[in-house]
Amino acid sequence: MTADSHALTASEHTPLAGLAHDARGGISNVVLGMLLFISSEVMFFAGLFAAYFNTRANYVDVGGVKQWPPQQFADILNPLSLILVATIVLISSSVTCQMAIWAIRRDDRRGFIRNIGVTFVLGVVFLLMQAYDYSLLFEEGMTLGSGPFGTTYFTLTGFHGAHVFGGVIMLGVVLYRGMAGQFSSRHHDAVEAASLYWHFVDVVWILLFSILYFL
Amino acid sequence: MATHALTPAAGTYARGGLYEWLTTTDHKKIGIMYVINSFVFFLIGGVLALVVRSELAQPGLQFLTDEHVYNEMFTMHATIMIFVFVIPMLAGLGNYAVPLQIGAPDMAFPRINALSFWMLPLGGLLLVSSFFTGGTAAAGWTSYPPLSADGPLKSPGSGQDLWIVALILIGTSSILGGINFLVTIFKMRAPGMTLFRMPIMVWTILVTSVLVVMATPVITSALVMLFIDRNYGGHFFDPFGGGSAVLYQNVFWFYSHPAVYVMVLPAMGVVSEVLPVFSRKPLFGYKAFIFATAGIGALGFSVWAHHMFTTGAVFLPFFSLLTFMIAVPTGVKMFNWVATLFRGQLTFSTPLIFAIGFLTMFLIGGINGAFSASVPVDFALHDTYWVVAHLHYVLFGGSVFGVFAGIYYWFPKMTGRMLDEGLGKIQFVLMFIGFNLTFFPQHMLGLAGMPRRIADYASDAGWNDWNLMSTVGGFLIATSMLPFIWNVFISLRNGRVAGDDPWEANTLEWATSSPPPPYNFDHLPEIRSERPLFDARHGLAGH
Repeated sequence: MTADSHALTASEHTPLAGLAHDARGGISNVVLGMLLFISSEVMFFAGLFAAYFNTRANYVDVGGVKQWPPQQFADILNPLSLILVATIVLISSSVTCQMAIWAIRRDDRRGFIRNIGVTFVLGVVFLLMQAYDYSLLFEEGMTLGSGPFGTTYFTLTGFHGAHVFGGVIMLGVVLYRGMAGQFSSRHHDAVEAASLYWHFVDVVWILLFSILYFL
Repeated sequence: MATHALTPAAGTYARGGLYEWLTTTDHKKIGIMYVINSFVFFLIGGVLALVVRSELAQPGLQFLTDEHVYNEMFTMHATIMIFVFVIPMLAGLGNYAVPLQIGAPDMAFPRINALSFWMLPLGGLLLVSSFFTGGTAAAGWTSYPPLSADGPLKSPGSGQDLWIVALILIGTSSILGGINFLVTIFKMRAPGMTLFRMPIMVWTILVTSVLVVMATPVITSALVMLFIDRNYGGHFFDPFGGGSAVLYQNVFWFYSHPAVYVMVLPAMGVVSEVLPVFSRKPLFGYKAFIFATAGIGALGFSVWAHHMFTTGAVFLPFFSLLTFMIAVPTGVKMFNWVATLFRGQLTFSTPLIFAIGFLTMFLIGGINGAFSASVPVDFALHDTYWVVAHLHYVLFGGSVFGVFAGIYYWFPKMTGRMLDEGLGKIQFVLMFIGFNLTFFPQHMLGLAGMPRRIADYASDAGWNDWNLMSTVGGFLIATSMLPFIWNVFISLRNGRVAGDDPWEANTLEWATSSPPPPYNFDHLPEIRSERPLFDARHGLAGH
């Protein structure tokens, strides 16, 4: 039928020729869908970041002092601690994720599975480190309820963590499907989409880390 | 070689009726379910409106036990109408029409499409379930803290939390639907269907989807923060704890203002499909209309704070100016529509009558909206019945009339049967008179200073007659639904058989059978303009 399509009269097209639209080049449906989903997620985090900056700009403690972080939590967020290791872990996972993409693009399935596996493990390690870091903060008395500082910190990092968790699930599915041999250089839209999402959560973390710990 | 893949799947699966509908991924069935689900919630929201109007018919508390119950009624009325009726109803019409109008076999992601739909009845049930779990949300559909907070002016109980969760669910459904529309429109168009040959309905859905995808997550963030404040001791919006109540209003309106365009742009799309067909002319200024739609979408993101003039926390000249500027693209569209009708060969079928209802009522809503854009006027009218009148003229007079124009227009395509013209006209007359009787007096009430969201008012305030008139109108609107429901019922059984193209229309959905097969098209006409069927009918293809 594909060979026949030239033989159609000028006023008729096969209806399913529309389906081949994406096969004729351009971005795939899945990747475009993921990019749109990521733009939507960007706006979600934009709302949270806006809340953070608004809260921070207006914050005055009970004594009338304008200081951020508030006095009681002045030194609690130390960038040169476990969180730096977690950051390096997450950034590395973006690198391995990209290596997995390059591997599957040249049909190197073993390299692809190895790199996606490493990315998956690094994602889990990041989550465990973040959970441990939370427990340290709780011990020092900082919780979701301890003033605007605690509320914004745990909301922003918590929702980022939830997105990492979602990304880890995606990577797990991609890994499983990869091990089942479902991907090749011609068919790996799901991998491209998952990797875009993974890079996105990585970029959000870099922003969060810089803003919460340094700014 | 791939012949088997091109053979439509008709008849290869024989699933029973109900099971087929519950598990379908066909955009046409999903679209129809959207419409039915939205209509059911429209009736629920309408009953709540009647409760509100009955209470306000006379001063004093007549049959609601206390003011809190009244607060629940208007909160749930607005929430249901906005989030479970207008937005999904228009998304449903889009779901039905868009793939057909661009010559595609289905949406880009059919299963995600089904997911988007099924979140809606779930979200709606969560909202309604709060009636039976100790009281609904009662802080208005805007749910400003501290009214909605668990703080000093608390909104206790699970109702407000159910409201938050339901709205997050419905918002997620919108986002997934918006992504689906965008990918479908960008990637699934039939050969020849360039962007500037797409029907206006598709263009309005495109702009709407951009608004949905970019704005809805912002209200999700607002709702998430409100939920954290209420349940986990957060301090986002609690001024006593170092938060800011105005912050909520900013994040809330950053979505909820674009949302008013989500609620009206697809209705404008419907009207722009109906007017050319029933005046036997092309839409006047096709491209200008598209740029005006995009302009409204873009401006829609920069006017949210006009809902917050009286907070004193926003830069008034900026938001006032941009709000006035929205009148420009809207005026362009009004000109397009009127010029399309001008010297057309009009046939006053029910879709056209509802579309003209849209034009006239939306015009009033637009003009009284422009008044409110003026800061000094807004300071006087803020939170009065003027605002209630304005929003109902655009949302009911605009969107709902547009929705009925769309239902009368596409019902023959959806079911293969025509709706009865006589009953349709009876419905229109009742609805049009009832609508104006309900909402025009509310302008007078607003100018006379009556605040919105009150259960009771002084009998010597001079508001009694207008309120009674408004209540009578409300019941007239309710009455106008009876001929419609009867019409659908008898037309499904005995309606005139529609045929493929009963209206001699222009766009591709009329090029297939009524109702269309699951795969939509056996073959498509050549697409060389925005009116491929007109071209085919008059042998103009290629010119």
